[in-house]
Amino acid sequence: MALAKLKADTTEARLEGVTLPGAAAWSNAARADALARVRQMGLPTRRDEYWKYTDPTSLTVPTAPEAALFDNDEGPLFDAVDRIRIVFVDGVFDPDASDDLSGEGLEISRLADAMATDIHWAKDLYGVLEARGQNPVDRALAALNTATATDGVVIRVTGKASKPVNLIYLHRDVASDAVLHNVIKVEAGAEMTLLETGPAAARFSKLLEVDVADGGRFHHVRAQGRDHERRAVTHGFARIGEESTFKSFTLTFNGVLTRNECVLEIVGDNATAHVAGVCVGDGTDFHHDDTVFITHDAVNCESRQVFKKVLRNGATGVFQGKILVKEGAQKTDGYQISQSLLLDDDSQFLAKPELEIYADDVACSHGSTSGAIDEDALFYLRSRGVPEKAATSLLTLAFLAEALEEIEDEGLAEELRDRLESWLQRHSS
Amino acid sequence: MAAFDEIEVKDGVDQETVDAVSALSGTYKHGWNTEIEMDYAPKGVNTDIVRLISSKNEEPEWMTDWRLSAFERWGQMEEPTWAMVDYPKIDFQDIYYYARPKSMEVKPKSLDEVDPKLLATYAKLGIPLKEQAILAGVEGAEDAPAEGRKVAVDAVFDSVSVGTTFQAELKKAGVIFCSISEAIRDHPELVKKYLGTVVPASDNFYATLNSAVFSDGSFVYVPPGVRCPMELSTYFRINAENTGQFERTLIIADKGSYVSYLEGCTAPQRDVAQLHAAVVEIIVEEDAEVKYSTVQNWYPGDENGVGGIYNFVTKRADCRGDRSKVMWTQVETGSAVTWKYPSCILRGDDSQGEFYSIAIANNMQQADTGTKMVHLGKNTKSRIVSKGISAGKAQNTYRGLVSMHPKAKESRNYTQCDSLLIGDKCGAHTVPYIEVKNNSSRVEHEATTSKVDDDQLFYCRSRGMDEEEAVALVVNGFCKEVLQALPMEFAMEAQALVAISLEGSVG
Repeated sequence: MALAKLKADTTEARLEGVTLPGAAAWSNAARADALARVRQMGLPTRRDEYWKYTDPTSLTVPTAPEAALFDNDEGPLFDAVDRIRIVFVDGVFDPDASDDLSGEGLEISRLADAMATDIHWAKDLYGVLEARGQNPVDRALAALNTATATDGVVIRVTGKASKPVNLIYLHRDVASDAVLHNVIKVEAGAEMTLLETGPAAARFSKLLEVDVADGGRFHHVRAQGRDHERRAVTHGFARIGEESTFKSFTLTFNGVLTRNECVLEIVGDNATAHVAGVCVGDGTDFHHDDTVFITHDAVNCESRQVFKKVLRNGATGVFQGKILVKEGAQKTDGYQISQSLLLDDDSQFLAKPELEIYADDVACSHGSTSGAIDEDALFYLRSRGVPEKAATSLLTLAFLAEALEEIEDEGLAEELRDRLESWLQRHSS
Repeated sequence: MAAFDEIEVKDGVDQETVDAVSALSGTYKHGWNTEIEMDYAPKGVNTDIVRLISSKNEEPEWMTDWRLSAFERWGQMEEPTWAMVDYPKIDFQDIYYYARPKSMEVKPKSLDEVDPKLLATYAKLGIPLKEQAILAGVEGAEDAPAEGRKVAVDAVFDSVSVGTTFQAELKKAGVIFCSISEAIRDHPELVKKYLGTVVPASDNFYATLNSAVFSDGSFVYVPPGVRCPMELSTYFRINAENTGQFERTLIIADKGSYVSYLEGCTAPQRDVAQLHAAVVEIIVEEDAEVKYSTVQNWYPGDENGVGGIYNFVTKRADCRGDRSKVMWTQVETGSAVTWKYPSCILRGDDSQGEFYSIAIANNMQQADTGTKMVHLGKNTKSRIVSKGISAGKAQNTYRGLVSMHPKAKESRNYTQCDSLLIGDKCGAHTVPYIEVKNNSSRVEHEATTSKVDDDQLFYCRSRGMDEEEAVALVVNGFCKEVLQALPMEFAMEAQALVAISLEGSVG
C-alpha cells in the first residue's frame, strides 16, 4: 500500500501545473488519454520491479537536474553522409539549421503541424503504438511523453527514400528539459534509414513510434550521449508487418543516466526484427540501461538482440531483455545475447534476460556473460609487441564487433567504430 | 492418461522423452488415502492456534514467543504475486493448521508402538519404517553391498512426525536425527542457535507463516569431522483433507562433516487444493558438505486443474565456513502450483553451491522454480543446471538469481537452463537475474542446447561418429550426469527420467 501511495505522490508532484498543448480534436484526445494512462499506472519508483536496477527518480522529479555542456572537439557524426538534417536545440525545432523538410519517397512535417491538422495519418499512430506497448508492463514515462511532447517530426515513407533522415539533437542550455515525440509510417514496400545523433538536453525524454507495413524496411542508427551529466529516457515502439524488416542500433557514450526501452511487436509472418546496442561508460556516474521487449505474434519470424557493454571505473550497465512468443507464433527464431566487459573491479553489470514461450515449434536462445578481458589474449598480443593499452583497446573493439555488425550500412558502422576507438583511447588511463 | 496420443509433437523431439514424461506424470500412483482417526485443531489461524501448536509440541516459552512474533509479522505481509502462477486466492482461515492421527496422542516410544495403519501407509508408499537395510522398490538393491544401503527415515504424517529410524545407530556416530519438535525439547541450545538464522522469521510471506505455525519436521546435526554413516531421509505425507502442512527442516553440518539428505513427498487425490508451506534451513560450516535431494511428487490435481497441492516452499543453505559445499538436486513432478527456489548463500571463501533441477509440468500444473546463488566469499563457485519440461496446458518457469558481490573476487558461475515444450498449449519461461559487481568473477548464462562442448564433440567425431550422433551422445550423457547426482534411493524415478532428452528444446 505504501508503494501505491508513493507512486501516486510522485505522479501528482510531476503533473502539477502541467498543461497539455491544445491542437486538433484527435490530438487533444490522444494527449488526454495518455495523461489518464500516466495517472492510472503511476510514474515508476525504485521499488517497481521493472526499475529494479535503475533509479528513475531524476527522470520523474518535476524539475530537470542541470547538466553541464561538454565539447571534445569531435566534429558532428555522419557529416560525410548525404542526408536530410532536422535539428532540435534543447528539444526545439530549429528551422534555420535544418534542411528543407522534403525528400524523395518521404513526407516530413513537424509534429505540431500534424497535430493541428484535423485529418492526418498520424492520428492512427500517435500514442497508439505506445498504448499497445503498455501491456503487460507499465511504461508510464512513455505515456507522459505522449501527453506532454512539445516537438518532434512525423514522417511518412511512401517509397524508397533517396537519403537518410538525420535527427540532430543539440544541447545548449544546462537546464533544458526536452520532450520529443516522433512518428514514422513506413508504407508497404517502402524503405528508409533514420539517424539520430546528439545529447539533446539536460534531461531528455524521447519517444519514437514506427509502423512498418508489409514488405517495408526500416533502418535506425543512433548515437546518443556525449555530455557526461545528461539524463535520458527513450522509448521505441514498433509494429512490424509481414515480410518487413526492422533494424535498430544504438551507441551510447557517457551520460549520468540513460534508459533505452525498445518495444517491438511482430504482427506479420516472415518478418525480421533486430535490435543491437553498444554502450561505453567510464566512472561511477555512468548508468546505462537497455530494456527490450519483443513480442512474436506471427509465424516464421526472426528476432535478434545483441547488446554489448564496456564499463570501467565504477560504471553500471543494465540489460533487461525479453522475448515473448505468443501461442501460435510457430517457427519463431529468437536470439538474445547480452555481454559486458568489466575493465576494472568497481564496475557492475546487472542483467535479466527473459524468455516467455507459448509455442512449441520455436528456437529461442539467450546468453549472458560478464567478465574481465581475457588474460591469455592480452598476453598473446603483448608477446607480439603490442603495448598494453593498444592491446586492451583492440580486444575491446573485437568484443564489440558482433553488435556493430548489426549495422547494415558499412560506412555508418565504420564511422561509429572510429568514434568508439577514439573514446577508448581517451578513456584508457 | 494416454501417452499424449492426440498431441502433435514437433520434429526433433524424442518420442522416448514424450513417453517418459507421459508415464511419469500420467496417473498419480499415490492418490489413495488412509482411513484413520484424526485430531484437528479448529480451522483457521490466530494467536490461539499458534499457542495450541506450540503447546501440543510441549515447547518452551522462547519458542512460543518466536512463533507469536512471526505471526504478528505475517499479519502485516502481503501474498507475493510476482511468480508466473495463477491460482484462486487462498482462504487462510479455511485450513486446518494442525492434524494429528489420534493414535499419536501419546507419542510412541519406539517404532513398535506406532499405529500399524500408519506403518502400512508408509509401507505402501515404498518407505518401510523398519530398520531394514533394503529399500523396497529399488531394483538391484539386493545385490548392492551391505554398507551404504541404509537409510534413516523420519516420517511426517500431516502435522506430526510418526517415527525416526536408526536413531540409535546414528547416535553412536554422534549424529542427531530426530523430529524438530523433539529437537526443540532435547537440544534447545542447538535449535536456538541456528533456527531462523538462514531463513529469518520475517523472510517472506510463506516462510513467516511457517515460522508461526510449523507443526513438525526434521532436525539433523552432524558433529565436526563426522561423515554421516547413512543417508538421511524425510518422507512427507499429507493425508487429512483441508489441511495445510507446514514443516520445518533444520540441518547443521558442523566443521568437516558430510551428510546426504533425501526428501520425498506425496498426497492423496482430492478435489480441493491443499497448501504445503515448508521451510528448510541448512547451515554448512567449514569444510563441510551437504547434499540435499528432493523428489517432489505431491498430488498435481486432475487434468482440469481440480485439486492438487500448492507447494510454496522456502529452502536455503548458508555456506558459512570456508570450503563448504552444498548441492541441491530436485526432481519436481507433482503439485498443482510450485513456488520454490532452493538457494545458496556462499559466504565462506572457496565455498561451492550446485543446483540441479528437473521440473516436469503436465495438464494444468504450474511450476515457478529455480535457485539463488549469492556469492559473498572469495573464489566461490556455483553451477546451475535446470531442465524444465511442459506438456498439456502446463506453465513451467525457471526463475533464478546469480549475484556476485564486490568482495566475491575470482568467483565463477555457470548457468544452463533448457526448456522443452510437448504440445502447443503449454508454456516455458525463463527469468534469470544476473548481478555482477566485480570484474575478476565470471558469470555465464546460457540457454541453448546446440552449444555442446567442442572438445567432447571433437573427441567423438575423431572416433568416427557423425556430428549428429556425437551431439546426441554428449547431450544425453550430460542429462544422465545430472541424474546420477541423485542418490540411489531415488533410482526408480531417476531411471525413468534418464529417457528424457532435451533435444529440440528451447532456451
